[in-house]
Amino acid sequence: MSLILRDDVAARRFAARRRINRLALTLALVAMAFGVFWLIWILWETLRLGLGGLALSTLTQMTPPPNEEGGLANAIFGSFVMVAIATFIGAPIGVMSGIYLAEYDKGWLASATRFVNDILLSAPSIVIGLFIYTLAVKRFHTFSAIAGALALALLVIPVVIRTTEDMLRLIPAGQREAAYALGTPKWKVILQITLRAARAGVITGILLAVARIAGETAPLLFTALNNQFWSADLGAPMANLPVTIFKFAMSPYENWQQLAWAGVFLITLAVLLLNIAARWITREKR
Amino acid sequence: MDKPIQTSLPPKLTVRDLNFHYGNFHALKNISLDIAKKQVTAFIGPSGCGKSTLLRVFNRMYELYPGQQASGQVLLDGEDLLDRSLDVALVRARVGMVFQKPTPFPMSIYDNVAFGVKLYEKLNPADMDDRVEWALRKAALWEEVKNKLTASGMSLSGGQQQRLCIARGVAIKPEVLLLDEPCSALDPISTGKIEELIAELKNEITIAIVTHNMQQAARCSDFVAYMYLGELIEFGETKQIFFKPQRQETEDYITGRFG
Repeated sequence: MSLILRDDVAARRFAARRRINRLALTLALVAMAFGVFWLIWILWETLRLGLGGLALSTLTQMTPPPNEEGGLANAIFGSFVMVAIATFIGAPIGVMSGIYLAEYDKGWLASATRFVNDILLSAPSIVIGLFIYTLAVKRFHTFSAIAGALALALLVIPVVIRTTEDMLRLIPAGQREAAYALGTPKWKVILQITLRAARAGVITGILLAVARIAGETAPLLFTALNNQFWSADLGAPMANLPVTIFKFAMSPYENWQQLAWAGVFLITLAVLLLNIAARWITREKR
Repeated sequence: MDKPIQTSLPPKLTVRDLNFHYGNFHALKNISLDIAKKQVTAFIGPSGCGKSTLLRVFNRMYELYPGQQASGQVLLDGEDLLDRSLDVALVRARVGMVFQKPTPFPMSIYDNVAFGVKLYEKLNPADMDDRVEWALRKAALWEEVKNKLTASGMSLSGGQQQRLCIARGVAIKPEVLLLDEPCSALDPISTGKIEELIAELKNEITIAIVTHNMQQAARCSDFVAYMYLGELIEFGETKQIFFKPQRQETEDYITGRFG
């Protein structure tokens, strides 16, 4: 008798557990669907309007005056140049600082650096833009591509520092010890063992940093500004996709709006490709 | 000292009054013993008794961590290893170490073995090939990997990885090889292979092994040291320790009545 009763109680508890489980699962699914809904909508609009405005002339012609034919060639080129310079400046500094934090300093300087880096990591990019504006643009009395690249580099550095340090810390201590146990000098342990083992993660960090700055508008608005013409002069204002999109999208001219959508599409595509590349690199490693 | 600390055979390592501190924690207390040349000396004892710590003194691994300090004497053929003026890289070239978990480097099988050699010798490619093959044969791994030397060391099984690490250690021709629970992560077949390997290697190399496996200590060692709470409780020939232990604690531990 008592056995049956206990079974009964157990069955009721089990049913209750299943109900709670189903409820939690439903809530999680709803939350997921809510997020994905907006994301897909954004992507869909980008694709629809972006592809509509995209033509071969978009890649070959300069940004046009209102109501005239044109493309985004100078803006694409400018974005590419500034992102490339920013990465070449920011990535090595970031990787080396990350190595310092993970492998060398265990003291207060490392803690302080990490703290400052975290602040920099979450600093609004407009602040970085204003900083470079007062530092470079105001002093030399001209907006310039190099100022834009510097602002972007300041955004690359903290991301790369963080990922490099995190990736190096994931390497088990045993691997380092094994290298030291052969009598390997420290620099060689870092270059040939730990950095090598963390290579995929470090490269991924750099790619994600590039993806992040590819769409940054605020820091360029105060530094590189914009340029209607093709310019390869680093000391002069340079066209770039984000600021062009900003300017064109806000305008009342239909051809400008179309080009803005095409630019949005191009940036989204580039970021997507960078993310796929990052995933592909980490996948190959494992 | 009433305990025997010497062996009838010539010593390779002579440890005298060794004390070790992790910060304030006194981890090794007045350890004195000899490790006989070209013999296998096993260190047994419960976790935390200091046997791995002792091994890590023999190649100065502890120096990697601030706050760890050793005092006393550890003589390698009469030369004090703890002497700070001695180049630590040269100490580690003479005293190799294999760890509990296999630690292949992120590179090919060939490069894993060649890595240590390149630190000390400039060999031409043909000589390097010979050395790599020699070391892999010593580690009983050659037959399994000879057709995939360019494959990543990480792609091997756990037992193979551990033998790769032994090959890597052997390749630089050390005089002493320290094995810190080399089989604890391996299956019985791989363990058997490594024990055979130990028997083979001792023709040329002095071996010190830490193990939690009594049978393993009994099977493959010539001398056994039983440690407890940082002290050397008993040291002697393997037969004597396992059949006629002098101390009650040793007997309790070996027969599993410990604690």
